[in-house]
Amino acid sequence: MFDQTETSPRFYLTREYHPENGTLFGFWLYLMSDCLVFACLFAVYAVLGRNYAGGPSGSQIFELPLVAVNTSLLLLSSITYGFAMLEMQRNRLPATLAWLAVTGTLGAGFIGIELHEFAHLIQDGAGPQRSAFLSSFFTLVGTHGLHVSCGLVWLATLMVQSAKRGLSPENRRRLLCLSMFWHFLDVVWIGVFSFVYLMGVLP
Amino acid sequence: MPRQFELTRLLLGRLSWDAIPLHEPILVWTFVVVATGGAAVLAAITHYRGWGVLWRDWITSIDHKKIGIMYIVLGLVMLLRGFADALLMRAQQVFSFGHSLGFLPAHHYDQIFTAHGVIMIFFVAMPLVTGLMNFVVPLQIGARDVAFPFLNNFSFWMTTFGSGLVMMSLFVGEFARTGWLAYPPLSGIAFSPDVGVDYYIWSLQIAGVGTLLSGINLIATIVKMRAPGMTLMKMPVFTWTALCTNILIVAAFPVLTAVLALLSLDRYSGTHFFTNELGGNAMMYINLIWIWGHPEVYILILPAFGVFSEVVSTFCGKRLFGYASMVYATVVITILSYLVWLHHFFTMGSGASVNSFFGITTMIISIPTGAKMFNWLFTMYRGRIRFELPMMWTIGFMITFVIGGMTGVLLAVPPADFALHNSLFLVAHFHNVIIGGVLFGMLAGITYWFPKAFGYRLEPFWGKCSFWFWVSGFYFAFMPLYVLGLMGVTRRLSHFEDPSLRIWFGIAAFGAALIFLGILSFMVQLVVSFVRRDSLRDTTGDPWDGRTLEWSTSSPPPVYNFAFTPLVHDNDTWADMKMNGYVRPQHGFIPVHMPRNTGAGFVIAALSAVCAFGLIWHMWLVAAVACAAMLISVIVHTFDYDRDFHIPAEEVGRVEAMRTQLLAAAAHV
Amino acid sequence: MTTHAEQGATHFTLPGYVTGFLLAVVLTAIPFWLVMSRQLPGANVTSIVILAFAAVQVVVHMVYFLHMDARSEGGWNLLALLFTVMLVVIALSGSLWVMYHLNHNMMVPSMHDMSNMP
Repeated sequence: MFDQTETSPRFYLTREYHPENGTLFGFWLYLMSDCLVFACLFAVYAVLGRNYAGGPSGSQIFELPLVAVNTSLLLLSSITYGFAMLEMQRNRLPATLAWLAVTGTLGAGFIGIELHEFAHLIQDGAGPQRSAFLSSFFTLVGTHGLHVSCGLVWLATLMVQSAKRGLSPENRRRLLCLSMFWHFLDVVWIGVFSFVYLMGVLP
Repeated sequence: MPRQFELTRLLLGRLSWDAIPLHEPILVWTFVVVATGGAAVLAAITHYRGWGVLWRDWITSIDHKKIGIMYIVLGLVMLLRGFADALLMRAQQVFSFGHSLGFLPAHHYDQIFTAHGVIMIFFVAMPLVTGLMNFVVPLQIGARDVAFPFLNNFSFWMTTFGSGLVMMSLFVGEFARTGWLAYPPLSGIAFSPDVGVDYYIWSLQIAGVGTLLSGINLIATIVKMRAPGMTLMKMPVFTWTALCTNILIVAAFPVLTAVLALLSLDRYSGTHFFTNELGGNAMMYINLIWIWGHPEVYILILPAFGVFSEVVSTFCGKRLFGYASMVYATVVITILSYLVWLHHFFTMGSGASVNSFFGITTMIISIPTGAKMFNWLFTMYRGRIRFELPMMWTIGFMITFVIGGMTGVLLAVPPADFALHNSLFLVAHFHNVIIGGVLFGMLAGITYWFPKAFGYRLEPFWGKCSFWFWVSGFYFAFMPLYVLGLMGVTRRLSHFEDPSLRIWFGIAAFGAALIFLGILSFMVQLVVSFVRRDSLRDTTGDPWDGRTLEWSTSSPPPVYNFAFTPLVHDNDTWADMKMNGYVRPQHGFIPVHMPRNTGAGFVIAALSAVCAFGLIWHMWLVAAVACAAMLISVIVHTFDYDRDFHIPAEEVGRVEAMRTQLLAAAAHV
Repeated sequence: MTTHAEQGATHFTLPGYVTGFLLAVVLTAIPFWLVMSRQLPGANVTSIVILAFAAVQVVVHMVYFLHMDARSEGGWNLLALLFTVMLVVIALSGSLWVMYHLNHNMMVPSMHDMSNMP
């Protein structure tokens, strides 16, 4: 990688030195920090999650079939993003964009169902102001949903940028970052459906 | 008519003319002074036609050296504000006995001690630490800049606008009256319905985002951008402490962000995380905020430890004793700092088993710091010590910080803490370690690296004045507080009945006056050094006979730092190069790849401040528009792919040739 | 700034993604089924089983979707992940331990009482 002939000086490189690009690693570090934000929200839910204050409990308001549908949508969107990455690897822009569009649609469906669930709960008087349990529930699930929504905006932006400039090295890096983000959100969702919904309906 | 009224409400929220505190003369006069001074500064910039230079070379700069300098300027400016708060408190506490109520009503005094804490931690200590790491680390590892230069600029402006919001609270509305950590339920909407806590929340959230991104930036820089040959165990110790500090930042600040967000949800939308009713639990806030809070103090002290390591080895002319154990000690401190947080609330009811666990871990964490202290002492032993100013600060630190650390170990014993929690003993302890450790470290670091940053040394006489005033001032100001704390006096009080306490407050006020002289001397030192800069000029780039790579560059370094990336063979790389016949290359220069300046960071940060102001004052329309504008600005910025350029080889050659001339002239002196 | 990064990038494969997906489906379906059809005797046992499945599925996602291994970014990715996991465990278990003791000592009503309070 560097010139080591006798004429070369011992203390410096004579050619241009490019350190490894740090974007993917830096983004991974950001995801670790986001993990800690969610850990905090999970901790709050763990501590306050049974404080019903005379209001509804999880078993009374969680509709597991709907949660199952939502979980499937998110999981499917994870693999469709994976397919998009495979197409990107094969340098096929139209196919990449197509799979990204599918991912976005599934993600939008996830958000739509979640908003419907929230609206329904609020209408029934089970909004975040009712009890500490509901405050923690809405905040934890809502923060995840907010992240997914930001991901969708980012996805749309990247689709436009890739369509305009093709799969340049810069755009590939960005798509890889979004890939990490998207899968990370699915990991958090595993925690949500297990810890909040499934355990929440147990007595 | 009604429609116009509603539009006003929509636009202005709860902001009205009442928000301006015309009834408080201290604030009115402060505003007059600040406005006059500010106007003078603006006029001066305009007179010298400096706006173009300011925007092009500083505000939009992504150069880590400029950003580092700006962070330190921010920290020093905010030091003046935070210290003014300290003087007010000292004065109040010496006057307010028995019938005399002093000159500050409780309502105002409570804001002062809150603002003092918030400003000193978030807007003095953090910027000074971040600034130093920003300036020094890329130079020490042989890199041209940090991993994400644009993000660096953005982080700086987020911190600055956060501090701007705190400053605004002086003149528009008021600040929180809850103490620097804003415990609920006092900080909840029921007991603090006014804007104060909202100013607190949003200024910290904005600054917190800046800090978190800066943490990610520096970790990626240190991991990815070290010069070839610089393995982890060949990094300078300051870079090691910077790495651990930034790991702590990335690991701790998300918790602060989450907790403050939950508090703001309680205040804005009536949730019940920390309320007294409907299932809330205020202790959860205290638990979480200290999970952040303890690592935070290590974020402050580790870079100071790094500075001292560099200073001791340079001014003793020796390699640092026990490099490996220094590294291990730093890493151990990093991990252990997550296992002690409950010692901040031993008295709040967790019981003996929990208290014992955390008491023991707290005592254990003092051990690696002790190891470091011994390493510094062993480095000094048989060294050729030069008592330049940075070394004087280091000696001051060693004595002062050890005392503070010992009182910390005393506080770590839960039964002792039951008597001393929230007393003036505690206040004395943390000032002892923060002033003795962090502040002395920052002043040592600023003095040490000032010549590198500006090309001339700081004038020593005023620096020594500052040092002696600070050290003596510290002891006079805080030793009485230890005594008062042991006698049972509580913190954050603005009035006392027992006249026998007064003498101690008097001595403390005298100490504060000495510290004031110390700060003044430092300011004078800056001015005098600037005026006499030609006689203090550093032409070699290596005024202290340094040992690490930053001293191989000119003072100040060229924008690209190194014409050729260094190749590293050993610790104390520059010392190694000097001992082994390094010859500075004078030809064969190559084009250098550099990132472009940008105004996007400034704009996005400014919009975030507007959004925050809107949220504070319930100006929902303003907040919504600013938030949307932020999102759009971010997206627009990502469409800009033209982020870098090359400095041509001839330009590099020209800059290096100028340095060659300077070095030749210096050699002839 | 450089294209060197792509040389060391992970190579994605179809079988990898499909395997991960199928594992995830199974690891999701089982806990749902266990809860919705009340298969297991007690709430505690069910909770542990749910969390165990969740933990395994997280690892599946990490390996198959996030391509987590000890080699990516020279081992720094894994180190960062392990450090974060350690902190998450400390924060979660520490908070639960501390808050349980606090609530107990401050005579905060238990879960059963709380669910019946106004």
